[in-house]
Amino acid sequence: MSDVKLIYERSVPGRTSNHITLKVDVPLTEVKQAIPAKYLRKELGLPEVNEVDVIRHYIGLSKLNYGVDNGFYPLGSCTMKYNPKVNDAMAALPGHGLIHPMQPVEMSQGALQLMYELEKDLAEITGMARLTLQPAAGAHGELTGIMTAKKYFEHKGEGVQRNTVLEPDSSHGTNPASANMCGFKVVEVKSNKNGSVDLDDLRAKMSENVAVFMLTNPNTLGLFDPTIEEIAKIVHAKGGLMYCDGANLNANVGIVRPGDLGFDIIQLNLHKTFSTPHGGGGPGSGPVGVKSHLVPFLPKPSVEKVGEKYTLDYNKPHSIGRVKAFQGNYGILSRAYTYIKSLGREGLRKVGENAVLNANYMMARLRKHYHLAYDRVCQHEFVLSDEGMPNGVTTMDIAKRLLDYGFHSPTIYFPLIVHGAIMIEPTETESKQTLDAFIETMVRIHGEAQSNPGLVKGAPHTTFVKRLDAVKAAREPVLRWQPPGK
Amino acid sequence: MDYVPNTEKESREMLQAIGVKSVDELFQDIPAAKKVKGLLNVSTEMSEVEVTQLLTDLGAKNANAATHAIFLGAGAYNHFTPSAVPYLAFRGEFYTAYTPYQAEVSQGTLRAIFEFQTHITELTGLEVSNASVYDGSTALGETIAGAWQVNQRKQLVISKTVHPHYREVIRTYCWSKGVEVVEVGYKDGKTDWDSLKAVVSDKTSAVMVQSPNFFGCIEEVDQAAEIAHAKGAVLVTTVTEGSSLGLLEAPGKLGADFVVGEGQGFGIPMMYGGPYLGFMATKKEYVRTLPGRLVGKTVDSEGKEGYVMTLQAREQHIRRERSVSNICTNTGLIALMATIYLSLVGRQGLQRVAQQSFQKAHYAHAQLCKIRGVQPLFNQPFYNEFALRVPDAKKASEAMMEAGIIPPLDLGAYYPELKNCLLVCCTEMNSKAQIDHLAKVLEGCR
Repeated sequence: MSDVKLIYERSVPGRTSNHITLKVDVPLTEVKQAIPAKYLRKELGLPEVNEVDVIRHYIGLSKLNYGVDNGFYPLGSCTMKYNPKVNDAMAALPGHGLIHPMQPVEMSQGALQLMYELEKDLAEITGMARLTLQPAAGAHGELTGIMTAKKYFEHKGEGVQRNTVLEPDSSHGTNPASANMCGFKVVEVKSNKNGSVDLDDLRAKMSENVAVFMLTNPNTLGLFDPTIEEIAKIVHAKGGLMYCDGANLNANVGIVRPGDLGFDIIQLNLHKTFSTPHGGGGPGSGPVGVKSHLVPFLPKPSVEKVGEKYTLDYNKPHSIGRVKAFQGNYGILSRAYTYIKSLGREGLRKVGENAVLNANYMMARLRKHYHLAYDRVCQHEFVLSDEGMPNGVTTMDIAKRLLDYGFHSPTIYFPLIVHGAIMIEPTETESKQTLDAFIETMVRIHGEAQSNPGLVKGAPHTTFVKRLDAVKAAREPVLRWQPPGK
Repeated sequence: MDYVPNTEKESREMLQAIGVKSVDELFQDIPAAKKVKGLLNVSTEMSEVEVTQLLTDLGAKNANAATHAIFLGAGAYNHFTPSAVPYLAFRGEFYTAYTPYQAEVSQGTLRAIFEFQTHITELTGLEVSNASVYDGSTALGETIAGAWQVNQRKQLVISKTVHPHYREVIRTYCWSKGVEVVEVGYKDGKTDWDSLKAVVSDKTSAVMVQSPNFFGCIEEVDQAAEIAHAKGAVLVTTVTEGSSLGLLEAPGKLGADFVVGEGQGFGIPMMYGGPYLGFMATKKEYVRTLPGRLVGKTVDSEGKEGYVMTLQAREQHIRRERSVSNICTNTGLIALMATIYLSLVGRQGLQRVAQQSFQKAHYAHAQLCKIRGVQPLFNQPFYNEFALRVPDAKKASEAMMEAGIIPPLDLGAYYPELKNCLLVCCTEMNSKAQIDHLAKVLEGCR
């Protein structure tokens, strides 16, 4: 495995795969007569390989990877739960996988029904009036949610005045980035010593210039903010809207509905809470739910049921418009739909309960060995840090050493308000044996930090490559393969 | 059915280790009055047998490429997916991983992205590509900020021959950013270059065109480049039918500064509109304006070749509100599928897909235009889509649906001036028999 090549390095001039025939069953048109030479391609530098080359190449690459199917992947804030295989099988059925997004609604009744029913279920789970299923991922949902709020204030004649978005200092990076993309000024609200929103700071910064307060609850420390009702009161008193980043919804499922806590807008991440595969970085799906006063401003079209027929409604004069071509990531929606139908109301409650049980169990055992940033009951995740680690062993070292033991690392150095953060999210789909094995490994690494710090600082030792030189990559960017001699 | 392995006994042991009596105690921070009482109002759980039946029944209510002939394109294309593509992409090591934050155990994903970046630069004729964004429409949307970084101007000029959904997305994005949008009309199916010249000024940040455009016509991208560059604006060219790049000149070679678009045509199933694949390529000098992940080559601590995410100072997790974009999750898996597809069919295969699509469309064009009352709408070079004027578009569509055909797009829905006009698309999946059948049905509904 030491000489893993790129597919381009396996290319042999003239080799083909013949998946597509050369023979054409219609009378030929001369291409050069039909299209001016200037607009015809002169060269196409794709690889020339055979199917067996391709299979062995990508099977080889897959062996250099690690997914939830390989083992425990406690990447905090990403909800790396098990992805049921039936979901993928259903999405790939010809009746779901091979349908054209522009085909007439009369020919798409099953797809529209699925979207209609999924929206209903997500509305029930979140406590919102309606949702749009159009956004393609969580961050895209954030952008859509913030745009929806912006349109709402424009409609009220407060578009110019409401130029600020508030966010806690523990927020995901996507939150301020989304607000900025939408033209808002971003102001941070401090967290208090318990990891919750500092109410005095919120009161000081909340004004009639604030459009939205973006909050994750439970927050990125894995803590449910017990003052959530007071927060909503402060924000609403000045006419602002409460935005829930639903990245951490897994802790809430079946337990509490963000809509009931005073949130006006929420974006979901179907690839987290509703178990669609993360695919090495997507695709996702980021439906946005809102309370009834914001429904007119959601993207269009919406899916409606008229009598027994399902339709797409474009007649939404106050809508922000489209945020994406077509109807959203239907292939993700159909997976999430399958998941919700499989679990049902009974299974959904188990999600929230067991995600939180597993996290608290791990926290209870690990706090004896690692510094716990906030000493409170956690929800679906918790944050340790490298404070007090022996011999200057850092969070990075611990993360890399975990790879040697066959685990994926937790999220590290986030949230930013905890120095050397180690954010662990086990999810509900992991067994006690797996949690115990990880806990014991963490304890062992702590012991190694004491007895043999070089071993930890030099980790990983067993992976295909060792720690990589990120500085070199950024300083001398090589961003594509070049043929030898170029 | 659920996926929770904890047994009651194990749960008790865990509660004991935590030091609480019940799971409820773990929710002590939630206001009691706000908690869900009992269970949610969602249907009761289903077995895999039941849920399979449910989804199969729903799917049976959708016409699809397995049951119908398709002559509809308009931004989503029915191309063939070789069996090896899903076989490889569904490997759990790829499929159930996430963003390659831990590079040492993500070399598979990282190398595949590096190959993807190479494929895209080859196809677009530009120097650098990112690791993908959501789809073609949002890729175009992301270039608003990219162009702004190049020249700090706040006006976009976009041709009306760009996909109507893409233009809607551009309008939404521009409204939210306070950027002005100017639309330029068309003349005989192509961007009206005189009008474009008249509106592009030293206030214009970017000119956006699509080729082949929404009507299927091949645009003179070099003309657009000349007009844009004369005023210091950047040219963004979008491609909604990836397979066209197997036949047509790379837009980067014709002067485009950004080439972005939709990669669904690279063997990605139509899936009713997503997940698809937004690709983005640009010149080296603009690399720092690209949103999302970029993968670069480097070495490990022992000098061995390896790959990492790089130039991350552009991104939201580092720069927060000062980042280029808010994008985090992209469409990694779809990019992987396209990478495998492009590797598998390779140089010759993509050319053949393009040849087949071109030939079928030109045959269909010839056959359909023979029908009395049916006329070509434009007289322009085209790739695999073309517009026709027909006596009655509604009647024609209904007759086709009746005959087991997913009909061409009725252009009147997007261009009020184009009543009774259809946008016909062919790919390598349309046989001569299907095309002849289409002609017969259209002829029969005069």
